[in-house]
Amino acid sequence: MKVVYFAWLRERIGKPDEEIAFPETVRTVADALRHLTALGEEYAYAFERPEIIRAALDRKHVKPESPLGTAREIAFFPPMTGG
Amino acid sequence: MAATTIRIQSEDFDLSAEIGRLTCGRKDIGGVVSFVGYCRDEGGSLAALELEHYPGMAEEEIARICDEAGKRWPVLGLTVVHRFGKIRPGEQIVLVIAASSHRRAAFEAAEFVMDFLKSRAPFWKKEHGISGRSGDWVSARDEDEQALVRWN
Repeated sequence: MKVVYFAWLRERIGKPDEEIAFPETVRTVADALRHLTALGEEYAYAFERPEIIRAALDRKHVKPESPLGTAREIAFFPPMTGG
Repeated sequence: MAATTIRIQSEDFDLSAEIGRLTCGRKDIGGVVSFVGYCRDEGGSLAALELEHYPGMAEEEIARICDEAGKRWPVLGLTVVHRFGKIRPGEQIVLVIAASSHRRAAFEAAEFVMDFLKSRAPFWKKEHGISGRSGDWVSARDEDEQALVRWN
């Protein structure tokens, strides 16, 4: 699955995107976030406050409990500050 | 059905040209409301804002917001232009134009789109200070999130 990061998440992890083969036990957005958090200290730093992280599946906003389903792209990012 | 134009671009935009494009050849429009957001200098401390966006999702999310506005008000046209990249104080960042037969729908639709754009469209601002130091990411404001509640 393609995983993409934006803003300070991208900076902390040190890359804009990557391919991650999530294990079958990873079923939801929150599961994916937990899996990534354990990948290394840069990930732990990026996801240190999981409650403020927003996510999108195939470019649509989703909640932590949303199932990954057949989505091809998951994005993690901080609260948005457009406009 | 509203004619909707959405563009995400690094270049500046021209308000009157965009209004002209939206109203050209139409005789059913009775009012146009526009909002332009500018980059502030934050009391002289800001050299530039750097806007990052999620290509693809930014356009799609703004389209979803415009669709919702079209369901709530009889809008005849909506235009949203949002810039990305480095923007200096005094420069324009975002444009929302709403057209309708009557003013109230145009005022409310423009405000609705702007409110949702701030908290739902995937853009992030980073501040660059005049000291030359690469600054901090702008934090989301609680007021922006609360602004959505009144549209429920």
